[in-house]
Amino acid sequence: MFQSKEIRGPAWLAAAALIASLTGCSKAVVLNPAGDIAAQQGQLVVTATLLMLIIIVPVILLTLLFAWKYRQSNTEAEYDPEWHHSTALELVIWSVPLIIIIALGALTWISTHKLDPYRPLDRVSETKALAPEIKPLEVEVVAMDWKWLFFLPEQGIATVNELAAPVDRPIRFKLTATSTMNAFYVPDLAGMIYAMPGMETQLNAVINKEGVFHGLASHYSGAGFAGMTFKFHGLSNEGFDAWVAKAKAEGQPLTRDAYLDLAKPSERDPVKRFSSVEDGLYSKVLNRCVEDGKMCMHHMMAIDAAGGEAYMKAAGLNLPQDVCTVQNADRVVALLDQRDQPGAVAQQ
Amino acid sequence: MSDIRHNAGAAGALAPREYHLAHEPHPENGTSLGFWLYLMSDCLIFAALFATFGVLGRNYAAGPTGKELFDLSLVAINTAFLLLSSITFGFAMLQKQKKNVSGTLTWLAITGVLGLCFLGVELYEFHHLIHQGATPQRSAFLSSFFTLVGTHGLHVTFGLIWLVTLMIQISKHGLIEANVRRINCLSMFWHFLDVVWIGVFTFVYLMGVL
Amino acid sequence: MSGNTTLPNDPLIGRISWDAVPMAHEPIVLWTFIAVVLGGLVMMAALTKFRLWGPLWRDWICSIDHKKIGIMYMILGLVMFLRGFADAAMMRLQQAMAFGDNLGYLPPHHYDQIFTAHGVIMIFFVAMPFVTGLMNYLVPLQIGARDVSFPFLNNFSFWMTTAGAVLVMISLFLGEFSTSGWLALSNLGNQSGSTGLDYYIWALQIAGVGTTLSGINLIVTIIKMRAPGMNLMKMPVFVWTSLCTNALIVASFPMLTAALVLMSLDRYLGTHFFSNDFGGNAMLYVNLIWIWGHPEVYILVLPAFGVFSEIVATFSKKRLFGYTSMVYATVCITILSYLVWLHHFFTMGSGASVNTFFGITTMIISIPTGAKIFNWLFTMYKGRIKFDLPMMWTVAFMCTFAIGGMTGVLLAVPPADFVLHNSLFLIAHFHNVIIGGVVFAVFAAINYWYPKAFGYKLDVFWGKCSFWLWLVGFWVAFTPLYILGLMGVTRRANHFEDPSLQIWFIIAALGAAMIAAGIGCFLIQLVVSFFKRDQLRDESGDPWGGRTLEWATSSPPPQYNFAFTPVVHDIDAWWDMKKHSYQRPLTGFQPIHMPANTGAGVVISGLSLVLGFALIWHIWWLAGVSFAAVIVASIIHTFNYKRDFYIPAAEVVATEEARTLQLARHV
Repeated sequence: MFQSKEIRGPAWLAAAALIASLTGCSKAVVLNPAGDIAAQQGQLVVTATLLMLIIIVPVILLTLLFAWKYRQSNTEAEYDPEWHHSTALELVIWSVPLIIIIALGALTWISTHKLDPYRPLDRVSETKALAPEIKPLEVEVVAMDWKWLFFLPEQGIATVNELAAPVDRPIRFKLTATSTMNAFYVPDLAGMIYAMPGMETQLNAVINKEGVFHGLASHYSGAGFAGMTFKFHGLSNEGFDAWVAKAKAEGQPLTRDAYLDLAKPSERDPVKRFSSVEDGLYSKVLNRCVEDGKMCMHHMMAIDAAGGEAYMKAAGLNLPQDVCTVQNADRVVALLDQRDQPGAVAQQ
Repeated sequence: MSDIRHNAGAAGALAPREYHLAHEPHPENGTSLGFWLYLMSDCLIFAALFATFGVLGRNYAAGPTGKELFDLSLVAINTAFLLLSSITFGFAMLQKQKKNVSGTLTWLAITGVLGLCFLGVELYEFHHLIHQGATPQRSAFLSSFFTLVGTHGLHVTFGLIWLVTLMIQISKHGLIEANVRRINCLSMFWHFLDVVWIGVFTFVYLMGVL
Repeated sequence: MSGNTTLPNDPLIGRISWDAVPMAHEPIVLWTFIAVVLGGLVMMAALTKFRLWGPLWRDWICSIDHKKIGIMYMILGLVMFLRGFADAAMMRLQQAMAFGDNLGYLPPHHYDQIFTAHGVIMIFFVAMPFVTGLMNYLVPLQIGARDVSFPFLNNFSFWMTTAGAVLVMISLFLGEFSTSGWLALSNLGNQSGSTGLDYYIWALQIAGVGTTLSGINLIVTIIKMRAPGMNLMKMPVFVWTSLCTNALIVASFPMLTAALVLMSLDRYLGTHFFSNDFGGNAMLYVNLIWIWGHPEVYILVLPAFGVFSEIVATFSKKRLFGYTSMVYATVCITILSYLVWLHHFFTMGSGASVNTFFGITTMIISIPTGAKIFNWLFTMYKGRIKFDLPMMWTVAFMCTFAIGGMTGVLLAVPPADFVLHNSLFLIAHFHNVIIGGVVFAVFAAINYWYPKAFGYKLDVFWGKCSFWLWLVGFWVAFTPLYILGLMGVTRRANHFEDPSLQIWFIIAALGAAMIAAGIGCFLIQLVVSFFKRDQLRDESGDPWGGRTLEWATSSPPPQYNFAFTPVVHDIDAWWDMKKHSYQRPLTGFQPIHMPANTGAGVVISGLSLVLGFALIWHIWWLAGVSFAAVIVASIIHTFNYKRDFYIPAAEVVATEEARTLQLARHV
């Protein structure tokens, strides 16, 4: 009776995990996702667990065995009160876990580099190779309070709280946020990645099945956080084109003013579609200068790298007006963009 | 008492052992070790502030940089005051060694004056910066500059309050054991602040300007 | 942001106004307040009736006795545990209800405060006090000392921790608590005008001072005050884990202090450390806070490991297996715990090489931890195990913690973490190790050392009820969370859309109910044991056949612990003494030099509490005055040179003679 309840806990967990994966339970999306990257990551979860069960199962069994065998009432079991050291045993105790950790460590090194969110995909799925001529679908993501804004620069549209992608075409996400740290997560697609104001992170993934998948925010960002969910559609090529066409037909243009309106805090926003996007809007969002008169972050960083206020004075410019007025913006921006390193914007 | 506080072992058991000493041992005093540990924890706070300055120290927000703002000659004067005060504290400690109360108090007083001069120059510098618009709110660089240097200055201030208190206590009770422990601690504190300052003027001022 | 209104600012009372009193418009808070007031009045009436105010002040509040302070820490932890668990129960209820159109009974703003308070209270005001209380009570006894190195500082540390807890409790009735999570990771609070994050900052800063000083205190005690003959490799393992824990405290709490100072500067002065603009960097906060945060969890678990080391040896009637390797394992864990902090934010995009480094260091910690588990296992091997409650908790811990540790190593693989970070799987993991490790250890320790502290054992029946309800309840409550995590469900959500998830949350809520019953049984155990204390009395001082020096004293020990400081010859000093038929000296008692009680600790802490309150509510004049008062009170305290006294020889003689009679009766 004693042992059975002790086993109950670990057995429960093992059984649950087993059931979830063996029955291909689509509910355990982490173990059974619809995208290749997520699938590899889910596989890692299983592999790592099995590697560790090599130690954990014997430990738990031995604990229960020793607890039962060496109980006080069992006078037949040997009692050796002075036995408290064994070099051989110590060697085993330290080296077996060490070997397993070395194996796990090697697996970690390989998989962390392979599944680095910034790394472009090198295959579409386990069975499908990547055709070299296929360009990834570019998606620019802005995490707002409390909704998701998606730009599709290639298609020239934008959507709120809804995203779609063609099946088997790699997607390259670039992510930022408006006010606070967020995390973008579509469990069927790939692992999550933070989206942070003034910074850009990247995620590479692909969806291998058609369907409607759940997307959410996985880093608490305030009162509207729980409602910050969206639908991610895996579509055929035709389906995707139809989806884009729908946005172009139904949507309003996403101008700077429309964006600023959108950026106001709101919860559980319904899907919105925008038929066109103002030029350079995402870059302004990333560099936190959508509003008039605000210096763009990449310009600010370029100025700082060049020597701050002193550099500006030396170049004969007045701050901040000269950087943000229309009249000499071209000249100033050209001056600054010369010194702007590519990717300086991604402040990691 | 000359009692040996162990008893002959019971018959048949293991040979008896001494489980008590003839004279009650007095545990070693841990004040210096304890204060040193506190100082190391304080060092970690400074480490965090240095790290913060390291990360944010070039983020001028298109505003003034160290090169424009820092007056190295003023910093040199400041540094001289502080380093000199460490030397005078050392002299105070030598007087303490000789059990010379008035000598100790004299050098402590001089240390205090030098410390006050250091603070005065620093406050002047801060005032000047803020007057020019280089406030802690202007940029991350200035936020981290004011915080790192200001925290050091606050520590010097507390050190001075402690110094004055200790001077009163030494003049009241003399160089008794408790006061000797206290001045040892203050000595560690004062030299520690000196070391931190060397870090500050190297990392913040010199590297910011040169 | 977050529905906060900008509060008014009056020169006299700062931001306080009727709007800041939540019970004016929230019934849950109103009823809690009424209950607290009534309970407080009853307690004060009882204290008056039994004339306990004097003894309360003299013998407890002003006490610098490590044993009393240890007990007070445990009481603080227990009281705050009830509050923290109430928060947990409210969360479970909300999450079991809030599906589809049903938004639950807690609006987001309230729910967000509850999960934040739950985490803050459980870590800072439950687990830390419990662990500190145990170390305070046991370390001086186990090393054969009479008190810690800095007894006044010990008292002061306790009252500073309590002041922090009081601030958190005040936030329930005046203003609101933080909604930013227990580590305030999102730089939300900087933009909000509410008091929540300020309560958080000042409660933690004040308590943090107490903890850091306590860390210094215990390190110096262990280094300087060990009994003659007790070199480092003869110390009890619990003392080793205490030494490492306190080293971690001193090495990590300054980072928390620094991070919170920078955050307060952003809030109070508008600086740009963590802001989005003007060069600030929110990722810096994440790094600083987790450089503290990871060592913190080892601060919690290392003493737990120490507790189990003591218990497993005593109840297996066998010396701990592999003492040397236990010590090295503890030190390895201590050092490594400082090298893993980034595993809390693999998903922040630091790049593969950085992620790999921290992933591998995290995995490496499992090696010494595994060595410890094996050492406990092989202590049981060829032992004669008596399954009293402490041992039951130990076996439960070994099985439960093993799984929690496993899920931790799993999360240490960065790509695996990418799909499980911030999910309910993560929640299940850390509750698995904290409850399975720290909470189980606290219950084991309470059952084990209660007779030593109070002179009578705890009732076994209610203890077993509590144990089974906790063990089964824990697994019923958290296994569904592992499953939900594998389903992609994230943490801190107050509402869900997918109704198929609801069953799991309902099961989890049932588990929480079982745990609640387990806590109830524990409280009943305390009460019943008190009323049955004569039957449960421990006359020998060594009810379990202990191996370490605390069992050499009476239960409870006299104020001075040991009439004569023992000399140590071997590991398990008391066992060694018993083996060699040690006889207690009956004559030759001397006056004993002891530190004196003082009220300075509670006074300075009280002033710090006022300072914190004033800063939270922007009552600037009060902040200035109380700050000055803290400095002045501290300086006045330093003018007190008379901090010790001698227990007269006659009193020692009387105490020891009573003890001799007690032992004779027990035979």
